[in-house]
This record gives sequence, structure tokens and C-alpha cells, in this order.
Amino acid sequence: MAEPLLHVENLGKRFGGFVALEGINLSVQPGERVGLIGPNGSGKSTLVNCMCGTLQNETGTVRFDGRPVDGLAAHQRSHRGMARSFQLPRPFHTLSVAENLRIPLLYTAHTRSGRHLTQEESAARCHELAGLVGLAPKAHKLPRDLTQVEMRKLELARAMAADPKLLIADEAMAGLSQTEVDDIVALLIKLNERGITIIMIEHIMKAVMAFSQRLVVLVSGKKIADGPPQEVVGHPEVIGAYLGQ
Amino acid sequence: MRAFLFYLGSILVGGLFFAFARWLGNDYLFFAGYTVLQFIVLATAWNILGGYCGYVNFGSAAFFAVGAYSSVALHKLAAGVDRYFPESLAGIMKLLLPLNIPTLIIIGGIASGLIGLGTGYLTLRLRGAFFAIATLALAVVLQTLIVNWDFVGGSRGAYIIRPSEVPILGSYIQYLFLVMLVLSVVALATARIIEQSRLGYGFATIRDDELAAEACGVPTLRLKLIATTISGALMGMAGAPFPYYIGYLEPGSAFGLAYAVNSIAMPMIGGTTSWVGPLVGALLLGTLQQVATVTISSAVNLLIVGLLLVGFVIIAPKGIVGLVQDFMRERASDGGRPTWRSRLAIFANMRPGAR
Repeated sequence: MAEPLLHVENLGKRFGGFVALEGINLSVQPGERVGLIGPNGSGKSTLVNCMCGTLQNETGTVRFDGRPVDGLAAHQRSHRGMARSFQLPRPFHTLSVAENLRIPLLYTAHTRSGRHLTQEESAARCHELAGLVGLAPKAHKLPRDLTQVEMRKLELARAMAADPKLLIADEAMAGLSQTEVDDIVALLIKLNERGITIIMIEHIMKAVMAFSQRLVVLVSGKKIADGPPQEVVGHPEVIGAYLGQ
Repeated sequence: MRAFLFYLGSILVGGLFFAFARWLGNDYLFFAGYTVLQFIVLATAWNILGGYCGYVNFGSAAFFAVGAYSSVALHKLAAGVDRYFPESLAGIMKLLLPLNIPTLIIIGGIASGLIGLGTGYLTLRLRGAFFAIATLALAVVLQTLIVNWDFVGGSRGAYIIRPSEVPILGSYIQYLFLVMLVLSVVALATARIIEQSRLGYGFATIRDDELAAEACGVPTLRLKLIATTISGALMGMAGAPFPYYIGYLEPGSAFGLAYAVNSIAMPMIGGTTSWVGPLVGALLLGTLQQVATVTISSAVNLLIVGLLLVGFVIIAPKGIVGLVQDFMRERASDGGRPTWRSRLAIFANMRPGAR
């Protein structure tokens, strides 16, 4: 088996006396589509924050692309090829859509290619990204002029801008209609087909089942299941966690 | 081309004012002009941290005073070379000291920039009101240090006897005016270059959302340190010639409330997202204050600032530049062809997304 792209071992995080994550082990292979589910407060976003460097884990290690990333700041992990979208869209609200997409190109793209993009290359890449998510006609608009689904698409496009190896989409579909959810799932699958490994955190089970090749379930900060989606959703502990014992 | 126009415009406007004031033969114009130019530098410096990065600095007076007192310290050192240096060094120091104003400006900038770097480092985890309070505390701490530092005059202050004339120009105040004019152009050019660079975009992401900025690969900590250093250095540079302008410097005037308030109010009134904002705000408020000083009383200066600030916060929270920006954006193009409005917007770096 190839070396995993992301390898989390015995990861733990506490907030004061509250144990948010305990002994989490997770491996994600290159090109894989992984769904991460769990009830509210189960620790999904905390796990994402620990993996991306927004929070520092107290125990355990995170290895990315064969190297440990413990102690690295979020921007350094982003330079290594880790990208994320946020549960609530966090666009740079004083910058236009095109400028929002330009930020990762300015600050991350050169770290792996070894050179800064020229103005023309940067503009072309922004145009390509905006086109990919259907935001080309609104490239010069401010985020406040976008609809909710467009804001989510901007969030994903911005995460994609610097050609990451791993994309973590944190509840990218929350609050969207069924058609919009289908749109985002199709977009994520399209991105995965370009060779990007994706971890999707989601509550909408239909979307999770349509997207995931593997499903990981967290409950109360612990991993209770990890495997093919059809098997995992039939797991008694998972059913118990979602429907009650 | 745009940069060439900027430098040409700055030199032309400054040169015309200088020639006009010399033609009138009234030195007061140079005194008043110096103050306005000094506020252009201070407002621009404040805006690099406060406007571009969204970190409000209440301690502008402290950075200004560090620049001013570094000049006082070097002036005192020059006056007492024999007392402060061993005989072997005194000869060399007599050749070096007293330093000229441009060198003092550079030294003041370095001293203040280092204080800015240190402040940034110590307060890097603070945001919003907490950062603002920390900068206010810095001003208090530095003022206390200066009050207790006898070498630079302590609480009783220090007299700086400036030369009455300089070669070519004649009047010393005209020389100081020219120095401050060049410094204003340097400050505005610095702000303009930052704004249109990778650094400027990074600053904007810090202002908008630091967490998202980090996720996009922006090294927010490093950028904040760069912003505090540049901002502090420019404020110190504005303060360095001040003792030579005023002739007598005491902590109360160097750490004056007017500097802290004006350096915030001017960019707020002018607009904080473009280099034009602090320039417009400083020209407007600075000139108004000078007129009020001559016609009414210098005591009403802060009242004018306060009233204008309240007015602008209510009517035009984005400042004058914000109002103009909205006007520009309405008809920024004419069937795809650039119009004079869009050209002006591009020149002033009024990005479509800017506030």
C-alpha cells in the first residue's frame, strides 16, 4: 500500500476539562474521497482545525505527504499542500471574487513551484477557477453580492486556487437546497477527478453517500467507525449515535 | 507610467507650493505647511497598520516622540562630545557630530521601527480593542521613561538651538519644510507601493479575516510585524526633525494627544483603504486646524477634529475616498472603454473591492 497522504496518529485535544478529541487515528490515501461524519459536538471541526494547524493538538502526531507537520502554523501547512474551506464561508469581504482567488496564488502557489506567477498567469488561473465553479460572470463583484451557494463555491475555489494535494471541505453544503447540494457534490467529485484528495465533513447523508469512497464516524471525540460507506451506516454504534440506543 | 505620474504630480504640487510661499515671502506659510506635511506622514504611517491591516494604534504619539527624542539625544551627544567620549574617540565623534537632519530622520526611523517591531512581537496575539489598549499602554510607558531620562531633559524638556540659516535656501524653516515635503512623498510612495503589491493584498486579508488568511497561506504574523515596523518607522521619521522645528521639546508636547488623535482621525475622515485617504484627510484637517489656530485659537483644534470625526462616522463611514469610490464605481466603464473616472480610480488604487 502507498504511503498515506495524511496520517493522523493518536491525536488528542482538550479545551480545559472538556475532552474534544481522544486517540484519533486516521489515514487518507492519495486521491481518496473520505467522508467524515458525526453528530454535532462530536469533534469533526476540531479534528480539521488540528490537522490544518488552526488549533494545536496536545497529543499525537499529524504527518502530511510523508513529513510531520506538528508545530507548523496553518499557513505553513497550506504551503505544503493542505487546503480547507470553512463551515461558515469566510471570504475577504473587501476584495472582489477574482482578488479572493488571487490570494492563495500570491502566497502559496510559489512555495511548491519555486517561482511566483506572473500577472498574466495569475489572472488566467483566477479566470479558470472562477469558470470551474461558475463564478466567472461575477469575478469583479464583492462577496456581499453573491448568493449563499455562490459564496460556498467561492470558498471551495479559493481553497483550490493553489493546487492543493488535500482539500478539507468543512460542511460546504450547510443551508443549501437539494439542487445546490447536488451542484457542490458534483463540483467536489470533479475536483477529485483532477487528482485532489478530499475529506468532506457533512451532515447531509445523501451527499455523503454520493461522494464518499470511505466513511469515518466520530462520536464524542472518538472514532467509532471507519470503512466503506454502506458498511459504516449499518454499524450498530453509528446507528446508536445517530438514532439513540 | 502611473508611478511616474505620481512622482511627477507630487514634485509639481510640492514645488509650486514652495515657490508660491517663497514668492509671498511669509515664513509662517512654511511653519504651517510643515505641520500639515508632518500630519500627512503620520496619517499615512498610521494607515499602513490601522487602515490596511485593521489594527488600530492609539500610540502614534509614542512612535513620533521616539523619533523626536532620538534627535534630542544625538544633539545632546554632539554638544558634549568631550564629556561623553574618551579622548581617543572624541576626535572622530567631533567629525561625525552634529548629524544633519536627513541622517537624524533615518536614525529616528530605525529607532521607532525597532520599537514598532517589538510592539508587534509583544502584541501579536491581541486584536481589536485589546491591541489598541496595548499601544496606548506603550505610549504611557515610553513617556514615563522619557520623563525620567535626564540626558534628554526629563520632565523639564530640552532646548534645541537650530542654525538660523542654511546654504542656498537661507531660512532654516524653509529647509525643514523641504525635508518634510520629501518625507511626505516617501511616505505616500511607500503606502502606494505596499497597496499595489503582494504585501498589500496580504494586509487586506488580515484586515478582513485572519483565520481565512492563514488558511490561504498568508503568513499573518510576519506581515503584522512588517506593518508595525514600517508604520512605526515612518512615525519616528516624522518626529525626528520636530525638535529642530519647535526649538524646545518636552514630554507633554512630544507625546501630545493631538498626534494620537489626528493620526487616527485623518485617515478615518479621508478613507482608510487607499493611500489617497490619509493624504486628503491630513490636508483637510491639517489646513483647517492651521486656519483655526490663526483665526480663532489653537485650543479649538481638537474640537474641530472631534466634530468632523463624529460627522464622518455618521454620514460617510468610508471617508471621503469611500464616497468618491462609490461615485466612481457607478459608471466606471463606458461600454468596456475606460472613462476618466475609471482611470482616476485605477490611479488612486481604488480597487472594486476596497471599502
